[in-house]
Amino acid sequence: MPITLTINDRPIEAVAGQTILEAARANGIVIPTLCYHPALPIVGSCRLCIVEVEGARTPQAACGLVAREGMIVRTETPALARDRRTILELLLANYRDAEYTAADRDDTEFEHWVKLYGAQCPPGSTPRPQRKVNSDPNPFVWVDMNKCILCTRCVRACADVQGRFVWRPNGRGARTDIVAGLETTMLEARCESCGACAAFCPTGALDNKMSVDAGKPDKKVTTTCAYCGVGCQFDLNVKGNRIIRVTSTPNAPVNGMRLCVKGRYGYDFAHHPDRLKRPRVRKYLLETPNSKHQIPKSSLQSEWVEVDWDTAFDITARKLREARDTFGPDSVGVLTSAKCLNEENYLMNKFARQVIGTNNIDHCARL
Amino acid sequence: MDDVADYARAMLIIGSNTTEQHPVFGAMIRQAVLKRGVKLVLADPRRIDIAEFAALHLRQRPGTDVALINGLMRIILEKGWEDQKFIEQRTEGFEEFRTTVMQYPPEKVAEITGVPTASLHKAAEILATNKPMAVMWAMGITQHIVGVRNVMDLANLQMLLGNMGVPGGGVNPLRGQNNVQGACDMGGLPNVYPGYQPVTDAAAREKFAKAWGLAKDEGGRMKDESFALSGKVGMTVTEMIPAAGEGKVKALYILGEDPVMSDPDTNHIRHCLEACDFVVVQEIFPSETAQYADVLLPGVTFAEKTGTFTNTERRIQMCRKAIEPEGEAREDWWITAELAKRVLAGGNLQSPISDAPYAGWNYENTAEIMKEIAALTPSYAGVSHERIEKGERLQWPVKGADHPGTPILHVGAFPRGKGKFAPVEHLPPAELPDDDYPMILSTGRVLYHWHGGEMTRRAKGLMEIYGQSLVELNPEDAERLGLNGNRRVRITSRRGAMEAEAWVTDRVPPGMVYANFHFPEAPANELTIAALDPVSKIPEYKVCAVRVERVGGNQ
Repeated sequence: MPITLTINDRPIEAVAGQTILEAARANGIVIPTLCYHPALPIVGSCRLCIVEVEGARTPQAACGLVAREGMIVRTETPALARDRRTILELLLANYRDAEYTAADRDDTEFEHWVKLYGAQCPPGSTPRPQRKVNSDPNPFVWVDMNKCILCTRCVRACADVQGRFVWRPNGRGARTDIVAGLETTMLEARCESCGACAAFCPTGALDNKMSVDAGKPDKKVTTTCAYCGVGCQFDLNVKGNRIIRVTSTPNAPVNGMRLCVKGRYGYDFAHHPDRLKRPRVRKYLLETPNSKHQIPKSSLQSEWVEVDWDTAFDITARKLREARDTFGPDSVGVLTSAKCLNEENYLMNKFARQVIGTNNIDHCARL
Repeated sequence: MDDVADYARAMLIIGSNTTEQHPVFGAMIRQAVLKRGVKLVLADPRRIDIAEFAALHLRQRPGTDVALINGLMRIILEKGWEDQKFIEQRTEGFEEFRTTVMQYPPEKVAEITGVPTASLHKAAEILATNKPMAVMWAMGITQHIVGVRNVMDLANLQMLLGNMGVPGGGVNPLRGQNNVQGACDMGGLPNVYPGYQPVTDAAAREKFAKAWGLAKDEGGRMKDESFALSGKVGMTVTEMIPAAGEGKVKALYILGEDPVMSDPDTNHIRHCLEACDFVVVQEIFPSETAQYADVLLPGVTFAEKTGTFTNTERRIQMCRKAIEPEGEAREDWWITAELAKRVLAGGNLQSPISDAPYAGWNYENTAEIMKEIAALTPSYAGVSHERIEKGERLQWPVKGADHPGTPILHVGAFPRGKGKFAPVEHLPPAELPDDDYPMILSTGRVLYHWHGGEMTRRAKGLMEIYGQSLVELNPEDAERLGLNGNRRVRITSRRGAMEAEAWVTDRVPPGMVYANFHFPEAPANELTIAALDPVSKIPEYKVCAVRVERVGGNQ
């Protein structure tokens, strides 16, 4: 049953059970949020999403308020803007940015709202004691609790997305901190390094360690992970032909915001100095270009020589043809790859069957 | 996978370390247990991480899965929990199957598997009385000489309970590599063309011969019988490499595979590759296998090319180029196509008929290759890069340009009509412990690394967390070996030996060690046995007999 309500003088249709925030977003109306994330349970603690509802005594948090027939809602009024600025300034009072990533990167969600509402750190405020920047040895997750605003998105990401329960609020009231386990390191608290906490953090208190100071990407390319068969998608953030970061693609069909440690952080192999960058052939193949199939295999001790593609192709084609024509097509074996594309596997199948004439083709499905 | 996470009321995970090997699906299962109260039965000799979320953990002895499943099914039959309507309407062969299963009373099963009878009863009740129930497995089921029997028996279980063709049910093998499904779909197998069209089927041969320009034609250009497509089933990887050792295979073209790290009995693999006349390896790194190559062709990573992968649930998704290839490395499809052109350009055999629709090798991009795939592969007939780029979510079979794809198979009917119960008997593993080799070794992978480790050993952070191979060893065994803080161990089998650090943990039961094959300095496949399942030719990685000894330290 659709429900009709009015938001900012516009009639809006909502689905029964939808919150004001969801109904507004579905209709392109922006309501600022910090502790809210569509993939996490609602806690309604930051109050940045407050809206005015006719008949209500005080502003209401839109994230937890279920839409009802005939409601009249305003999301932007001078009073709301003032309240939001106050909320942001109270958060700023306890927020310290050492500005190690200040240059050259996108604003965090928190910075975005701070700028939009013109919030300033209140003069004379006494922030919490300085925490250590980069306080956890986890190689993937950067921890700087000076930037924590206690939204608990990391706590919920770990519990309700990953199911690992590493992060928790510790202490009470103004002394509350977010800590890993019993105030240990993340790995000791049984962290699996999936990076969900960093992906959900709106301030950069938790961030991707490999990407701190890496700068702003030139482009983001949505692609599919090349590790396991689950088929997660994510965005490769690229700068100057280097992958600098992986970010979640929220509408990824299989995984949504979820990723594992290999998917989110296991990409730097692509730039490893061991990469093969030119074709190589064994020296003996260049020395005896006309000899046929009785080259002793001890020539494996023969050293590698880098060659151009034409030379590598010519030698390879000649050797494969020799085997095929001398010993028959079934003397050639083809191993295709479960890491390569469908299109590439199709071509390997065509290569074995059409070009060589053998069904000797397989890959590592069995291993 | 989302249907399992959202709709299953119970789950059986058997032979899958889901949270480490398919971590995102593992996280979804954890949430299903936490949020929806799904009852999870785990059957695994090791106390893997997901055990914490299981209602019941059965720790069967390695290699006793058929006995375990038969035992559960006998209890189900005795209690009358089977789905009689499903059995009558959609299956056949039930009586014969029933006779076999009745040979597995709980006491006998407990003796074979080591699982107490009370646990068997409890497991059967959970799995039979919560519907739908989904079965998940991975290589822990298939990497046995009875791998095919194991899989058939799990299908028996799901037919018995009527859990086939329903959201949240079914048999759900979790495929290991990102595109192992696609490599199979595309004819990367010795017995089938793309779309599982058998090479032994004359009609399929004719179809591909015509498409690829190899059909004999009236004009006489293609008179030579030897140039037709071969109808002889080819060799599997586990046959091909030994054949190279025997001189039957003279040349190998290896794309992105690392048999030295990933195949059983490494010593033998090395010998075979050395004996092979010519090995060309197309790779991104100088892998362990590359040492045995004569030519190395530099391919690219997934970030440097565009095309499609097919995931474990048959979902076809785009892989998109984000960076330019490193150095002179080139897209792998381009390399294969160039090589094909040059092989065809000479030699005894004539070129394919050039006016056949798909005879040639001139491809502009992978979208064009996908058009050829769609034309020749019924299950991919409606797949195109365009549709995926438009945001369509396609799971094969996609029977045509208007067909929406098929998220769940076997709704209403099986491909063969009725589902056939296949009675299977327990058969012990090929190599069991004895006085000389008293322990069982299982091999597999860990969360922080991938397969032969060529990629993950070159990822700095992963190495920081998991920088050397750890062999899981039970505290009782550690004490018996007198490890006493010195954790270095040597593991020996009839085929080879390796040394590594022990991780003393009750994840493994006494008498069992678990090793990974990620690190060349601790190569577990020196130890493994090349005993193959007779049908699938999968090696028995999950069971072989070994001896474990302390290295160095005070006596």
